[in-house]
Amino acid sequence: MILVYTEQQNGIFKKAAYEAISYAANIAQSTGAQVCAVVLGEASGLETLGNYGAQQVVHVNDARLNKLEAKACAKAICSIANAQQADIIIFSNNNTAKAVAPRVAAQLKAGLVAGAVSLPDLSQGFVVKKSVFSGKAFAFVQIKSAIKVISLTPNAYGVNKTTATATVSNHTIDFASTDFAVKVISENKVQGIVPLGEAELVVSGGRGLKGPENWGILEELAGSIGATLACSRPVADSHWRPHHEHVGQTGGTIRPNLYIAVGISGAIQHLAGVNSSKTIVVINKDAEAPFFKAADYGVLGDAFEIVPKLTAAFKKMKASQQG
Amino acid sequence: MKILVCITKAPDTTTKIAFSDNNTKLNDAGVQWIINPYDEWYALVRALELKEAGIASDIHLITVGKADTEPVIRKALALGGDEAIRIDADSNDSFYVASQIADYVKSNAYELILTGKESIDYNNASIGAMVAELLDLPYITHVCKLDIEAGVAHVNREIEGGEESNTCPLPLVISCQKGMSEARIPNMRGIMAARTKPLKVVPPSNADSLTEIIAYETPLQKQGVKMIDPDQMDELVRLLHEEAKVI
Ligand SMILES: Cc1cc2nc3c(=O)[nH]c(=O)nc-3n(C[C@H](O)[C@H](O)[C@H](O)COP(=O)(O)OP(=O)(O)OC[C@H]3O[C@@H](n4cnc5c(N)ncnc54)[C@H](O)[C@@H]3O)c2cc1C
Ligand SMILES: Nc1ncnc2c1ncn2[C@@H]1O[C@H](COP(=O)(O)O)[C@@H](O)[C@H]1O
Repeated sequence: MILVYTEQQNGIFKKAAYEAISYAANIAQSTGAQVCAVVLGEASGLETLGNYGAQQVVHVNDARLNKLEAKACAKAICSIANAQQADIIIFSNNNTAKAVAPRVAAQLKAGLVAGAVSLPDLSQGFVVKKSVFSGKAFAFVQIKSAIKVISLTPNAYGVNKTTATATVSNHTIDFASTDFAVKVISENKVQGIVPLGEAELVVSGGRGLKGPENWGILEELAGSIGATLACSRPVADSHWRPHHEHVGQTGGTIRPNLYIAVGISGAIQHLAGVNSSKTIVVINKDAEAPFFKAADYGVLGDAFEIVPKLTAAFKKMKASQQG
Repeated sequence: MKILVCITKAPDTTTKIAFSDNNTKLNDAGVQWIINPYDEWYALVRALELKEAGIASDIHLITVGKADTEPVIRKALALGGDEAIRIDADSNDSFYVASQIADYVKSNAYELILTGKESIDYNNASIGAMVAELLDLPYITHVCKLDIEAGVAHVNREIEGGEESNTCPLPLVISCQKGMSEARIPNMRGIMAARTKPLKVVPPSNADSLTEIIAYETPLQKQGVKMIDPDQMDELVRLLHEEAKVI
């Protein structure tokens, strides 16, 4: 049995959860296994997870899990893994998985590959490719234990949708109060925007924009295609933008389909967080900026002139697509 | 309150990564080893700040690594900390490394265990959570602010698309990232003091390695950038749509 942890909040699943099920379904096809999706916390309408390749859904419908406390989530997943005799467990490698997947792996004495970017190669044992050295290389990691845990990088595997549905069953867990030792006091989430880690389109600004008052043109550019904003480290350090937008070696690592870098020089520590992006566009007024070497498309010139023109061109294309 | 800070070595962030032995080993010729930045700037420095504020009594550093990690652990001691522990073993698999740290803690109690957000070489972001599981402790990831009051940790942490405030009673494992503290530079006094601070070498306990890296690959080089005239943004959009197929 292949178990997939599918994260949801208020009954809403993110694309990354569907990617993880599709990934599991592909492995199941080559091994003849079944796919079981695990859902933690209050939710409904779970039979639709079958659309992505799960035959079964096991649901722990317990409101205490809504906040995704790692210790309790790990306990629930391990309990289901034991009941289902799972030999492969898949996560999508986001902040929740980084707290939960290693706990599950340690509890089940299962080898873990965190940040997988490919399907396992079953021809020579069980080998999974992952990104290492902050995007500067890949490693092929063999998992030697009986149970295997893979945490899949978001945006690395495509969603496959069908019309199949899954059967849903409930599972209850005997939690201890110590499983919920971490109390959430307050939460401050950006509303209505795809989180950076999952965004397919990203518009990012650097020190070349001169100050926070100039971010309006980037917001318009991002708005024209529904992109999420990011920034370089000095921009976050100077409090021009919030910390969670900072990408690079010490910030977030992302791999969107499109990364538009505006007024960013392309230092190696910045590239470490973004160089797995499928397509990179660089707008910079310095022809010697190192970022051009890592770019697919480059525009040389003043961002304050170029960005509004690009926004207009995107809007024009969107309008013609609708018309 | 005793704090244990988990320290690993990592290649300097500007290092060009290359491999040898038919792409099975990191080519470490010319690699400058540093303290993993998250371990140094955030975990270690915050621990030192807590000691200076009179909240922590002892700061111990632990690393799982062979003798070649000693210069890096001495560098960490030069920043501060009372003693270092080196578990004398290779650090190739997360479960193995976490088991070593957990086994050490089982016979040496700590109220707070700090790790970095991730190691910048293997990027697993796994050790802290595994240590917590093996010790049956709570774990909070991506912490950007940490205070301790009356045996309770008050933290801010990064979550998907935002921030959250949490409290949790000690003992606890925390992974540390940007925001926790201001970077420090070791001074001459620290460097001198580090020479005489205890660095205990401890033999490894029995634990299994569950994974193994069998080969490496460097990413394909970009084809070369296509430059677009600033007055031709419609053309750029067309290329993104038709050639790159990303919008
Ligand atoms: C250990 C370590 C970790 C680090 N981690 C990170 C990290 O995670 N993320 C990160 O981003 N950095 C990181 N850095 C910092 C990194 O080395 C660079 O200093 C930083 O990325 C530079 O940011 P920037 O490109 O915005 O600014 P700058 O380097 O100042 O570049 C600004 C760019 O804007 C261009 N420009 C100026 N005006 C205009 C205009 N009008 N129109 C168009 N272009 C213009 C300039 O030509 C220049 O290329 C790290 C550094 C270290 C040592
Ligand atoms: N060999 C090691 N010895 C001690 N601590 C380590 C070791 N490897 C990793 N860590 C700690 O665990 C954190 C996460 O590492 P990783 O799970 O490898 O990304 C690091 O920031 C360190 O604090």
